[in-house]
Amino acid sequence: MDTTPTDSLAPPAPAGKTVTRAGDRVFLGLSRGSGILLLVIMAAIAVFLTVRTISAVSQDHGNFLTTFEWNADNTPPVFGIAVLAYGTVVSSVIAMVIALPVSIGIALFISHYAPRRVASPLAYVVDLLAAVPSIVYGLWGALYLVPHMQGLTAWLDQYLGWTVVFKQSAPGTAARSLFTVGILLAIMIIPIITNVSREVFRQVPRAHEEAALALGATRWEVVRMSVLPFARSGIVSASMLGLGRALGETMAVATVLSSSPVLTAHILDPAGGTFAQNIASHFGEATDFGRDALIASGLVLFVITLLVNGAARMIIARRKEYSGAAA
Amino acid sequence: MKLQRKSGLRALAVGAAAVSGALVLTACGSDNNSGSSSPSTGASNAAAGSIKCGSKGNLLASGSTAQQNAVNVWVKNYMQACPGTQINYKGTGSGAGVTEFLQGSTAFAGSDSALKPDQIAQSKKVCGGTGQAIDLPMVGGPIAVGYNLPGVSNLVLDAPTLAKIFNGKIVKWNDPAIAKLNPSAKLPSTAIQAFHRSDESGTTDNFTKYLIGAAGSEWPYSGGKAWQAKGGQSAQGSSGVAAQVKQTAGSIGYFELSYATAGSIPTVAVDTGASQPVQASSDNASKMIADAKVVGTGDDLSLKLDYATKADGAYPITLVTYEIVCDKGNKSATLGATKGFLSYIAGSGQQGLSGQGYAPIPAEINAKVRSTIDALS
Amino acid sequence: MSAVVQDQPRSDLRPPLAHRRLPRWAPAAVAVAAVAVACGIGAGAGLSSHLQWGLIALILFVVGTYALTSLVEGRRQAKDRVATSLVWACFILAVVPLYSLIETTVAKGVKVLDGNFLTHSMGGVITTGPGGGVYHAIIGTLEQVGLASLMAVPIGLFTAIYLVEYGRGRLAKAVTFFVDVMTGIPSIVAGLFILAFWIIILGFGYSGFAGSLALAILMMPVVVRSTEEMLKLVPNELREASLALGVPKWRTILKVVLPTSVGGILTGVMLAVARIAGETAPVLLLVFGNQLINNNPFSGAQSSLPYYVYEQYANGNDASYDRAWAAALVLIAFVMILNLLARGLARWKAPKTSGR
Repeated sequence: MDTTPTDSLAPPAPAGKTVTRAGDRVFLGLSRGSGILLLVIMAAIAVFLTVRTISAVSQDHGNFLTTFEWNADNTPPVFGIAVLAYGTVVSSVIAMVIALPVSIGIALFISHYAPRRVASPLAYVVDLLAAVPSIVYGLWGALYLVPHMQGLTAWLDQYLGWTVVFKQSAPGTAARSLFTVGILLAIMIIPIITNVSREVFRQVPRAHEEAALALGATRWEVVRMSVLPFARSGIVSASMLGLGRALGETMAVATVLSSSPVLTAHILDPAGGTFAQNIASHFGEATDFGRDALIASGLVLFVITLLVNGAARMIIARRKEYSGAAA
Repeated sequence: MKLQRKSGLRALAVGAAAVSGALVLTACGSDNNSGSSSPSTGASNAAAGSIKCGSKGNLLASGSTAQQNAVNVWVKNYMQACPGTQINYKGTGSGAGVTEFLQGSTAFAGSDSALKPDQIAQSKKVCGGTGQAIDLPMVGGPIAVGYNLPGVSNLVLDAPTLAKIFNGKIVKWNDPAIAKLNPSAKLPSTAIQAFHRSDESGTTDNFTKYLIGAAGSEWPYSGGKAWQAKGGQSAQGSSGVAAQVKQTAGSIGYFELSYATAGSIPTVAVDTGASQPVQASSDNASKMIADAKVVGTGDDLSLKLDYATKADGAYPITLVTYEIVCDKGNKSATLGATKGFLSYIAGSGQQGLSGQGYAPIPAEINAKVRSTIDALS
Repeated sequence: MSAVVQDQPRSDLRPPLAHRRLPRWAPAAVAVAAVAVACGIGAGAGLSSHLQWGLIALILFVVGTYALTSLVEGRRQAKDRVATSLVWACFILAVVPLYSLIETTVAKGVKVLDGNFLTHSMGGVITTGPGGGVYHAIIGTLEQVGLASLMAVPIGLFTAIYLVEYGRGRLAKAVTFFVDVMTGIPSIVAGLFILAFWIIILGFGYSGFAGSLALAILMMPVVVRSTEEMLKLVPNELREASLALGVPKWRTILKVVLPTSVGGILTGVMLAVARIAGETAPVLLLVFGNQLINNNPFSGAQSSLPYYVYEQYANGNDASYDRAWAAALVLIAFVMILNLLARGLARWKAPKTSGR
């Protein structure tokens, strides 16, 4: 409200003690309130999840962590997350290994390589693709990707089968495997990671790049030495958004994967499952107790996301000096 | 740097204008599809004439996907005949339907399997303390075993062979057990790709009930809505299994007959020990249900099928789906409409079902269902 | 970046002006040669998969470019060229499936997409037969997504501002931590939470609003995460300059920080809207689904576009598949229009900085 010039020399970022003006107080209150509201919501969800989880897991007649099958509605209920955790991690890792470099490539292409006339419509198309609902990816995956993956699967089995990982136990079965799911997830999250990374690349201070250019750096050197380090935190954040979607993806996985309670190192076999797919598959017929069991598996997905995010936060924290703001 | 004042406000205003503009643009929708080019089946139109409407109301119901197409036609006819009543049936699966009914969120539920004792006990809470939930058998249907085997038609299998195929004991199409049942067919030596449901479903439940009842020790599992056998491949939903069978040579899978008809997938005739192998058809399923016994107590009319039947023309892989309501203590706001709708579907609604791949409930049981509906309160 | 590399080489490198450059057509020539050789190898070795041909061509192209450039222009230039071709390769690699996806949706979607489809509900339509429309689902999606955005965007925005501009100490750490956790909530769990809290405990019935509550939960972390990232990128010099002129902090945020990053923030919000616009599970649990038009999001069952797609897909017959694809196309178009609006706003509002 009132802008008394006496405060003009106040230090910029660190807040707290110097907040005296009404406008500032209101604004701080609003933003702090939002943060607290978010915490409250999360706490409520956490309590809800934990209560339901405890009631479910305590009646599990199998070991919740090591059991393969999911028969929560049988008497006695026997269910476990071993296959689901494995499948979720494997498919997401495949997705990230493919999507991350490709997305950074596309983002660089849009921000630094493509001619302007190409770049902005392209950016728009990528934005749009991030909006395609996952059920459409699922339909497309089941109808087009799976038949087209047949060749690649056979090829991998033939030439890389000795690695065990790319071995197919029954060659010729449809390519409805964790590997195909990983690729579909990669295609799904590429637009998401690209979007955020591109936005971050655009924010790289022009001066950094010009300085590098003035020193005679090639375009690649500019990218490597000034763009990527600056954007590191943003790229990690973008990846986390993408990974979050990959970990929790339901419909696309459910329509493409041939799920079964089998834990195998052969990622080309039609076997395995993911948390979200399992929830979708069992929810329709689940009793109240079955729902609780599914919620318990949701909590585990939560914890996995948490660990991954924690690791990402640590990476960002290590390289904070490149971030634009001191915050 | 050029700053613009009130940018946030103006942005908001533009956004609001855009949204309201979009709303205005599309605010010309209509629920009336009678003028559009949707040809309705003759059977359902004929049935629509004789509907006695219950009192008006808004009905929410959910459950079995197996009866969804039938309910869809019933709802269309009933709402045409009885303006002022809205019925909303959501096919989410029997389990979710029963759960929502037991939470008191819906007026009735559709289910592929009868209520369990603990569910009936739980239902007293939503049935006003005086009543409890009952099963009303409303429609049956054959579960077809579809296959994709180029060059082979009229495949015949029996229960033990089906069990062995789905249990991974028979892995080649030219296995002696299959060849014995199909002496004239030229069976290829390709691998059998057996598809089952990846989601839990009443279809799986009823299919494995049949295997347990008719195949004996060849099917060593306890049954249930989730698939228990090892091996094979899976797909989401009956539509997913049917799609896989259609596009994979050498495959076999199970789904409701309507999916086989829609996808022109050939179906297995079952050798039950009757004089001739039995085809999957509505009539044959009706014959199967005709021999069913009522095992529910009181007003509950849940049925038990004899899967090992050797009766001529009775197709044994058949499921019966129920509507679940309270016998007493239904919510007064929805009771009238519920009774009206259920009377219609148990009465004239039973005609024309076979045209959609469903089997009507035999007259004797149906009469009991109707008198029970009349007594609902 | 068109005026790249007016090479002013450092003194420890080769003398200036003596740079030999490859002619402009060289990359194209290498590409053509790579494809030709790959086709030769593929046909010669009898490789059936065209994928293998493509891979061989790609490898040949990268190796060829590197070899040629390092021979003529030096290793640093060679690396630069390889990086350029890899970036192009990424682009092409990703465009192929994405193009196929869009092409499939459009080709299948236009079959039944017409005025009748857009202005009619499914009232009185047999699911196995043709006809019917998507109007009720459009209304549902508009209202549910709109309500969810009204709740989630301000909260998300303010939370991000708090984290970046004020955030110190334990509260900020906790918020950051839980926002991370929140991104990992599977949508069905958010739906179950609202179901337990809003419909079972508080006793409200199924409604569009109940759905939008769950959608808001899913939307918030995405808004916070992307907004936070964009705010962090605003150079501190701008804030300092504004504060030094005596502008209060809140006005600095409102007038300097937010406008500078408005493009990125809008992109983030659009991502969030896109995510929730495609959610099926919360709608299934909380909005119930409806065949008829219900314009009131606060009472009674509604439908929504993703739910409609799911429902029609599950019906599993040709007519319903057609409707599913058409509805998917409508959903994409809906998000595309929102996206266009957001971009227009961003371009209009964003200050002209020295950025690209």
